[in-house]
This record gives sequence, structure tokens and C-alpha cells, in this order.
Amino acid sequence: MELFSRKSRGGRRAATVAAVAVSVALLATGCAAGGSTDGGTDSAGGGGDNTMAFLPKQLNNPYTDVVLGGGEDGAKEAGFTSQVLGPLEASASAQIPFIEQATQEGSKVIVIAANDPDAVGPSLQTAREAGAKIVAFDSDTNPDYRDIFISQVVAKDVALIQLEIISEQIGGAGDIAILSATATATNQNEWIKYMEEELASNPDYKDIKLVAKVYGDDDADKSFQETQGLLSSYPDLKGIISPTTVGIAAAAKYLSTSDYKGKVALTGLGLPNEMREFVKDGTVKEFALWDPAQLGYVAAFAGKALVDGTITGAEGDTFDAGDLGEITVGEGGVAIVGPPTRFNADNIDDYDF
Amino acid sequence: MSETLSPNIVKARSGLAKRLTGSDAIIIYILVAVIIVSMISVKFFASTLTVGFLSIQVIPILLIAMPMALVIISGEIDLSVASIAGLTSAVMGVLWRDSGWDIGIVILVSVLVGVVCGVFNGFLITTLGLPSLAVTIGTLALYRGLALVVIGDQKVANFPKELNTFVLSKIGATGIPVVMIFVVIIIAFFAVLLHFTPFGRGLYALGFSKEAATFVGIRVGQAKFWLFVGTGVVSSIVGVFLTLRLASAGPDNGTGMELSVIAAVLLGGVSIFGGKGSIPGVVGGVLLIGVLTYSLRLAKVPETALIIVTGSLLVLSVVAPSIVSWARERLRLARVHRVVQQTSSSGSPHA
Repeated sequence: MELFSRKSRGGRRAATVAAVAVSVALLATGCAAGGSTDGGTDSAGGGGDNTMAFLPKQLNNPYTDVVLGGGEDGAKEAGFTSQVLGPLEASASAQIPFIEQATQEGSKVIVIAANDPDAVGPSLQTAREAGAKIVAFDSDTNPDYRDIFISQVVAKDVALIQLEIISEQIGGAGDIAILSATATATNQNEWIKYMEEELASNPDYKDIKLVAKVYGDDDADKSFQETQGLLSSYPDLKGIISPTTVGIAAAAKYLSTSDYKGKVALTGLGLPNEMREFVKDGTVKEFALWDPAQLGYVAAFAGKALVDGTITGAEGDTFDAGDLGEITVGEGGVAIVGPPTRFNADNIDDYDF
Repeated sequence: MSETLSPNIVKARSGLAKRLTGSDAIIIYILVAVIIVSMISVKFFASTLTVGFLSIQVIPILLIAMPMALVIISGEIDLSVASIAGLTSAVMGVLWRDSGWDIGIVILVSVLVGVVCGVFNGFLITTLGLPSLAVTIGTLALYRGLALVVIGDQKVANFPKELNTFVLSKIGATGIPVVMIFVVIIIAFFAVLLHFTPFGRGLYALGFSKEAATFVGIRVGQAKFWLFVGTGVVSSIVGVFLTLRLASAGPDNGTGMELSVIAAVLLGGVSIFGGKGSIPGVVGGVLLIGVLTYSLRLAKVPETALIIVTGSLLVLSVVAPSIVSWARERLRLARVHRVVQQTSSSGSPHA
């Protein structure tokens, strides 16, 4: 009999040891987590209760990181402490726990790029009832659920700046061509339509002739070959506009190793990091793109204005956006950050995206 | 002699003591410990908001974990649950947009989707005798694909506002969502089914050995068939819940949830090899993962580190029982060895 009781005691001891080990591990993580919370509170002490939560579509995306960097700078200048909360995958419902977390922490402003315009709605509604102001940026939510939407650029501005640059570079006269993405790309087609309208109506551009539109399908190899084709079929070509980051990089690559380098102008929408070498070696003088950091920066100031009560997000409201001056809210509660940025040899090293 | 006696005696003293030291009890102790530590050390955790947000977050996993526990206990697995939820959501969206039916009928028809999916899984597994792992990996892709065919890349979002608010409404000031009542009923149903009916007890036998279960008179095929219909129906209910909770029907609702469910079920003490597990343990497992994730997020643990924590917890939960049984076996062998030596040394003079 003694034998059996000893046996069961041994078994129970093993179970107890395992249970204690697990509990200790959990307590350790709990305490460590608690410690970091205290750290967070300390830094929050400087900004008072003014907290702002940024919810990108997903974390660890290079473009998003630039937007958020601008957002954090803006929040700091606006007198807010900010934090970034976001899921690792960009699915419709993945943002919801983070909206709830921001609500629970009493964030004054939630700045969100919605993965799904409707799925985040009910949670944003709860956050609003708890007193948070909702700023949508980058990707809008259903307008019912947010106070204001900060949009990067107006499509027409994007089209016109590219025409301006090419006109400057070819002296306002000559044949040009467009190297686009796919033939069905919505954004590119909208920009091309504005360019064609402007070429037809603006007297400044009366000597510029659009001779061809080719499609590189946002594929580096195909864009490279299309550029080659353009230059051999149109020997008088003065300039190429490529309103897509893949296209302009491929075209620049071709031009930089060909005889046309420096003779045929190239501009369009490009990423500074991809275009840097071509700007430095003289293949490309100037190109355009919006600066993603400004988007986050303006969103932070819009949040401040909403909290201060200086705006409600109605059409015609204006708010101060720090270095970027005053911004006016347009139709449907949409505010536009501003015209695209021009990148050239003088400023390209200031950007890293 | 002692060897043959020991199992009987251990079983005899099981009762309450065993229930208090069993693996599901340990999960619940850990859960309570995590809750207490979080309330003390994590800012904002101790609030009724936590109850509300946390409940709504765990409900889908909690619901599917119930039939999933039964399926795994019987030695099978169903990986298609999240896709069934997605397909239900897609069908519900299209019906609501195009049919003009009352929302009640739309919901009923949507739940039928789960019945059909479950019947199809069950048919392939029991009638054709295919392994459930292979079948449900296939239907995981198939049902998600059908969801995309049904609704495309569209979203349907104009569901009645009252239903959205109902799903998120709370019982008074407690912070507990009203739908939790319904969830508790489903949990109770599966707990009674597993622990207090011949059907449920038969599932343990089924998980241990199919042949033995057949010999003692369990209709193996039929039992399994109904289990898969069960996971199908509950997954559909979750699909409806997700649609109303998100106020949006889309083909990607619930993506990836099957793994969260299985992880929670295993953490709750259900053996992946079948034959072992309980409903209280599974509820504890689901809540433990939910509370821990929620608390660590509030404590500002980075999302990437969080996956490591829940992953390690899962590995630990699978490894710990093996270590415990290994340690037990070592102790038992050592003792047997000692006893044999004792009896042989004390017995020999008399002989």
C-alpha cells in the first residue's frame, strides 16, 4: 500500500513542477511586459494625455514606414505622443483588435489606413463614442466612420507636373511618347487622359506632339524593350514620360547605356532610391512623385485640429499643417496634401524611399 | 502483482483530486494567473472594456473550437472550418444584395451552406474512407475558392444597422456581449454531448482505436459523419457572426482562423493523436491564448514578438505532457526496480 501512495506522489510532483515552471515563465513575460509599459508611460508624461495612434494597413512595409515616419514627426510637432499599432498581414479584420486597443488606451486621435472601408466601421464607431477623432489616410474608410480623409495628391496635378517637367527639358517643342504600365491600369489611364487634354488645350504646349503610347506592363524587361522600340521607331523623339515607377527605372536603365543618354529627355513618376544613380549620371534631370512622409505629417496635424475643435472635417475648414502651411478641407471631408514633389540632383539625397 | 493492481488503485483515487491536478485544471490555473498578473501590471487591462473587446475577439475561435475538439478527440481533423466561414459570409452577402429576402431567411440559408460543406467533408471521409487531413486540406482551398466565385472581389456592407449593433451590444454595464449567452449555450451543448452521452464517450474510444471502437458497438462511420456536419454548421454560424460583426461580407472573412482554432484546442489539453481532451480544458485554452495576446498587446509587446510567445506556449503545451509522462515512467521504473530488489533480497531467505 505504501508503495502505491509513493508512486502517485511522484507523479503529482512531476505535474506540479511542470505547472510551476509554466507559471514562472508566464509571470516573467508578464512582468517584463509590465516593465515596458512603465517605460512607455514615462515618455508619454511629456505630452500629457494627448495620444495619437497610427494604424497602417500592415507593418513592415517600406512605403508605409516612410508615411509613418512623417506621421510621428507631425505628431511630435503638434504636441502629441504617438504610437503605431498594426497587424502583420493586411486582411480586412486584422486591424480591428488594434482599433479596440487604441480605444481602450483612450487615444485622442486614431489615424487609419483602412484595409476594408466597411469592416473597420463598427469598431471605429465604438472608438468615436469613447471620444476619439478619426483621421483616415492613404486608403479611405466609409465616410460615415471618419471625420476627415487625407489624400496624397490630386490626379490632375500628377499629370500636369510631368508635362511641365518634360516641356522644360525639351524646350517646349518636339515629339514625345508615353511609356505606361498596363493598358488597363486605372491610375495611369486617368493621368494620360489629363495629359492629352492639357496638350490639346494649353497654348504653351502647342508645339509638343504626343506620337506614341506604349505599355511596359510594369514589367522591367518589357518596359526596357518598349523603350528600345520607341527610340528606333521614332528617331526624332525628344522626350519620354513614364508615369509608373517600374517604367521610368527601366527606361532610364536603357538610356543610360545607349547613345541617347542626355539627348532624349526622360521624366515621370519614380522612386528616389531607384532613380538616384540615373539622376547622378545625367540620364534623368528631374522626375516627380509625392512624398509619402507628408501624408503622415498632414494627418497628424489634421488630428490635432479635430481635437482642438478648430475643424470638424466639413468642406471649407482650414487647418495649419506645420511646415506645409495651411490646408483646406474639400468636398466630402477630403483634404489634399499638396502638389507632387520634384526630385533632381539638388534634393534627391534628402529622400530615402 | 503490484504492477497489475496499480492502475485500478490510481483510478479509484481519481475523483476530485484528479480533477484538480489534471491538465485542463492546470490550463485554468495558468489562465487565472495570467489574468491576475495582467490586472496588476498591465495598464488599462482591468476594465469592463477588456471584457467586451476580448469576448468579441475570441467568440469565433471559441465557437469553432467546440466541434473541433470533438473531431480531434476522435482522431480526425478539420482544416476547412475557416473557409466554410468565408464561403458562408460570401453567400450571405450575395443573398442579401440580390435576393431581396428577409435577413432572417438569408441567415438560415447561409447556415445551410455549412451543413452542405460538412456533409461533403463527411461523405468523402466516411463513405469513401479518405483521410480527413487530406480531404480538408482540399476543401480548405475549394471552399475559399467557391467564396471568391460567389462574391468575387466585391464586398457587401449594407446589412441592417440594428443587427450590427445587436452583435456588439453588451449586457447592462458588465461589458459582456449579449451574444455570449448564445455562445455559452453552444459550449454547454458540446460539453454535455462529449462528457455525458454514450455518443461522446464513444469518441474517446474512437480516438484510441478505431477497431476497438467498432468491436464495442460504436458506429464509427456515422459518428464521424455527424462530427464533420457539426464543424460545418458551427463554422457557418461563425461566418454569419463575422459578417454582422464586421458589417461587411467578403470572400476573405476568417482567413487563417483554422490554425488559431487548432492551436487553442491543443493548448487546452486535447491530444492531436486523439482519445484525450475535455471541453473545460479547450475553453481554458482558447481564453488563455486570447487573454495573453490581448494583454501583451496592451503591454506594448511588438506584434512580431507576440507570435513567438504564443508559438512557444503551444510547443510547451504539446511537449509538457510528454515530459511529465516520461518523468512518471522513469519514477515508476525506478520504483519497480527497487521493489523487485527488495522482494528478491527479503524473499530469498524464506524460500
